[in-house]
Amino acid sequence: MRVTIWGCRGSVPTPGPQTVRYGGNTSCVEVVVDDDSVIVLDAGTGIRALGLELQRRRTRRIRLLLTHLHLDHLEGLRFFAPLYDAEVTLEIWGPPSPTQNLRDRVARSFSPPLFPLELRDVPATVSFHDVPRDDWQLDAASLRADLVVHPGPTVGFRVQTATASLGYLPDHEPALAGSIAGRPLDWLSGSGVACDVDLLLHDAQYFDDEYPERIGWGHSSVAHAVSYARAVEARRLLLFHHEPYHGDDLLDRLEESARSLDADASVDPTLAREGMVLELP
Amino acid sequence: MAVARPKHLTLILAREFATSLATPMLVADDLGILVFYNEAVEEIVGRSFEETGETPLDDWMESFDPRPIDPDPMGDERRPTQIAFQDQRASHRRFRVMSVDGVERQIALTAFPLFAHADEFVGVVAIFWRE
Repeated sequence: MRVTIWGCRGSVPTPGPQTVRYGGNTSCVEVVVDDDSVIVLDAGTGIRALGLELQRRRTRRIRLLLTHLHLDHLEGLRFFAPLYDAEVTLEIWGPPSPTQNLRDRVARSFSPPLFPLELRDVPATVSFHDVPRDDWQLDAASLRADLVVHPGPTVGFRVQTATASLGYLPDHEPALAGSIAGRPLDWLSGSGVACDVDLLLHDAQYFDDEYPERIGWGHSSVAHAVSYARAVEARRLLLFHHEPYHGDDLLDRLEESARSLDADASVDPTLAREGMVLELP
Repeated sequence: MAVARPKHLTLILAREFATSLATPMLVADDLGILVFYNEAVEEIVGRSFEETGETPLDDWMESFDPRPIDPDPMGDERRPTQIAFQDQRASHRRFRVMSVDGVERQIALTAFPLFAHADEFVGVVAIFWRE
């Protein structure tokens, strides 16, 4: 399994000299489990550059898994080049909603006055699917989606092959549902997608002293992210969804903080940065 | 995938809601298993949830010998928790119960089903009102 980070910024794109090293594009992660297809996690602005790369590779079959439909996870889709290629098949999977189906919710961002084109006019073959309640299979990958603590219908994803596993929880506030350390795993939000994974991408938007002012916004402090990764016994933690106000130097300090919290280096916390490629066994 | 799934998020959030309430509240899952009650319930039943553990809700309720105070006008003798499970609708009734410390108490019980989606029943919440 090869995992590539195309965007790891939270909330809003933040281009500029302060975000050169970690990047300013919002959430998008590419997961390749075989040579013929690709799984894309979220459609933040990072998906624009990924789309150009997929065109260059002539990838025709793409699966896009949306954790939720907040704009920072959807805003890049309109500029995803494969959408405008009639030879491409794009499956979009996302959380169900009690009010509108996934297609109608995504289509809102494609309609005037927000955008000049309608979703029905894009040349690619696009299909929409609510994530199933049970595990499902996409080629060589076994997938799982579980609802997690974040405002609105939001899921985390687990991608697993015969040899590797990835947990993806970019927007997650497990501390809102009680303490993390010492909590039985069956009462811990998202543990079914994160438990015992080789690599866990987890929300770590805030320093610990920022979190009390933002309780209920749906995101984690760095201490919560480390505590969560240790609780689910992830083998490696990639800190994700960087706060827009945190420039590169502040993010360096956030990583130092995470490492000090993980004193025995059991989850090896590292900051996600754009362009990072991780090969899982 | 052999990894265990956690409780449904709705139950996780219901438990956290219960822990922050002074009103006695319990949570049961879609199989009818009592999975949590808060400290305010402990004051009524005389036993902590840690001591009780997960157990069939019906059996647990039966252990308090609940006796309806007012007869149901429709002759339905089921408890509100049973109605919430079986009919998946809200229900309310007054009872006398005998707690494990031997004290008889008069309570009202409101139970309602939890639906994560219109077709996804995930459990029941019941709230006790001291009278």
